[in-house]
Amino acid sequence: MKRREWVWGWALILPALTFIFLFTHFPAVMTVINSFWSTPRGRRPARFVGLENYERLINDPTFWKVLTNNLWYALGTIPLSIGLALLMAVFVNRPFRGRALARMSFFTPTVLPLIAVANIWLFFYTPGFGLIDQILGVFGVGATNLLGQGGTALPAIMAVAIWKEAGFFMIFYLAALQAIPPQLSEAARIEGAGRWTIFRRITFPLLMPTTLFVSINAVINAFRLVDHIFILTGGGPDNASSLLLFYIYETSFRYWDTSFGATLTVVLLGLLCLLAIGQFFLFDRKVHYK
Amino acid sequence: MLDKFFKGAATAAAFSLATALPAGAVDLQFYFPVAVGGGAANTIEALSNAYMEANPDVKIDPVYSGSYQDTITKVITAARGGNAPQLAVALSVDMFTLLDDDLILPFDDFLETDADMAWVNGFYPAFMENSQVDGKTYGIPFQRSTPVLYWNKEAFKEAGLDPETPPATWDEMVEMGKALTKTDASGNTTQWGVRIPTSGFPYWLFQGLVIENGGTLANAEGTETYFDSAPVIEAAQYLVDLSTKHKVMEPGILDWGATPKDFFEGRSAMVWTTTGNLTNMRNNAPFDFGVAMLPANMQRGAPTGGGNFYLFKGTSDEQLAAAVDFIKWITAPEQAAKWTMATGYVAPRPATWETQTMKDYAAGFPQVLTARDQLEHAKAELSTHENQRVTQILNDALAAAITGQKPVETALKEAQAKADAVLKAYR
Repeated sequence: MKRREWVWGWALILPALTFIFLFTHFPAVMTVINSFWSTPRGRRPARFVGLENYERLINDPTFWKVLTNNLWYALGTIPLSIGLALLMAVFVNRPFRGRALARMSFFTPTVLPLIAVANIWLFFYTPGFGLIDQILGVFGVGATNLLGQGGTALPAIMAVAIWKEAGFFMIFYLAALQAIPPQLSEAARIEGAGRWTIFRRITFPLLMPTTLFVSINAVINAFRLVDHIFILTGGGPDNASSLLLFYIYETSFRYWDTSFGATLTVVLLGLLCLLAIGQFFLFDRKVHYK
Repeated sequence: MLDKFFKGAATAAAFSLATALPAGAVDLQFYFPVAVGGGAANTIEALSNAYMEANPDVKIDPVYSGSYQDTITKVITAARGGNAPQLAVALSVDMFTLLDDDLILPFDDFLETDADMAWVNGFYPAFMENSQVDGKTYGIPFQRSTPVLYWNKEAFKEAGLDPETPPATWDEMVEMGKALTKTDASGNTTQWGVRIPTSGFPYWLFQGLVIENGGTLANAEGTETYFDSAPVIEAAQYLVDLSTKHKVMEPGILDWGATPKDFFEGRSAMVWTTTGNLTNMRNNAPFDFGVAMLPANMQRGAPTGGGNFYLFKGTSDEQLAAAVDFIKWITAPEQAAKWTMATGYVAPRPATWETQTMKDYAAGFPQVLTARDQLEHAKAELSTHENQRVTQILNDALAAAITGQKPVETALKEAQAKADAVLKAYR
């Protein structure tokens, strides 16, 4: 009887496992294997090249450039979008007139596809007649070219990501805020605690599980979402706004250098594994679960 | 009873088979990109339908496949998966890439009669440069373009210039640009003299400058580039100087897609862009505009651009013969004329311009002739082995120079070294 249950268990999990192996684990393993082979081209089949692709990777200035960009992008977008999400959640958690409208407008960017968002922002950024320049024009400031300058292209891309992500994270914070029993802050108020103390000592610690969840998502998204780059800058100028995944796409499906693409993917996989491990094991200890 | 039933079923099956496949039917899948606004996709569908009406034994399935970039990605993916289309329109410059991947066939195998040879020799030579290699023809020009200079006649008048005379040389473009650049009271520029867009694929318009300066970017075999040669460096310096020294062009990377709008809004009095935008300009410009050849320095010059028909491996001879027949038909004068009027692409055969339809159109809209007349000065678009990667190397170098991150010469020297490293394998 016991044995049959065991068989049933596996039978039930089998469909899910098949898909996970077929579409997640098998490609990941193949990627690692491909990174040790050369790219097959026409009549020239792939040959084993050992670590040659990795050597090329280390000597590839574009790789280091996009990796640095990606780190700045992560550093810039993650704390800001989480902070903004928390701020918005606290703001729309209190009752006030037009609360539903405020909630909806904060959440709208999440509902839009990133490509559509990028097209909207493309209009905002357009030099001369874009929204930003029209507003600046009122104050007598001349045309800007945010996407067309090396120094501002990446921050301009980051602004789009923050705008898109903050609303999504706000929903999680809002749900978590509403799950906090109001008695806690009432009790604290009776003890004479101010609003800031209540937030710092009660609300924020109770939100830690949400912060962990949101920050893992934010980290993954910082490496996973590059759709807007296709629309806004195409990675330019001179790779100033290119990120690792965008470079992987360019290498694999534009230059058709699939084995070097695989090598880059291995780096991305390794990086994400490290970050996930770090977050779960280090950050998790500071999280207070009820 | 049972016997009768089987007979009936067999007849029904045979009947349905017969209706699905008329005797000798040939199916063709045809991928095509659309790179300009307007009804280009509808025109392709209409032309395919017209062909099928005239040839009921051929069934063409035109598949809109996105931008040029999307199209080449889809074609290569489909071909690698053993499911190549029979024919596709893709960038003429991707010829070497498709050859290196062993995906395309030469048209020569299907050209037997003298009439066939006359057909293939009847295209503008400038368009054939990116279509032939080693004496074989791999591409048939179809949606081909070349960049031209559009100028705002009203802005010229306002600046005290002759509205009927566009700049003929680089120096004139700078001089006129200075007259056309306007600043407001607080020192902000409200109208720039000229705009050469530099986003995405700056190499293309830049190649116009290089040819005008007497230089070349690559050899015909696609194995050598000359990014750090003197004419190329000078051309890049001129492009950078337009913004930094002469201050007649907006600084930074200028978006390709926003260029027509920028022109309509009066923010740039002269713009360089493809002749494929001509119909768009005609429909949307709120002022009188002219179309000129690109200005000369040592000589006139412009690159060609756009897409060719390719034939793909992995299909039956019957299908390939039908595909070639379709290509012959769609590039014939009457069909090509329809295509040119719908988009602004340059009809790729002189014969098209001799048709009454085209003559009437040009009489009412002479701007359409500029691109054609410029063809005698046009050279092949930059095309090498691993074309996408090599052109991106040049794009990055140009972007670095334009945004002032690197001096022009350093950027191009580095680009040449990188291109050499990629192309070494093909020499």
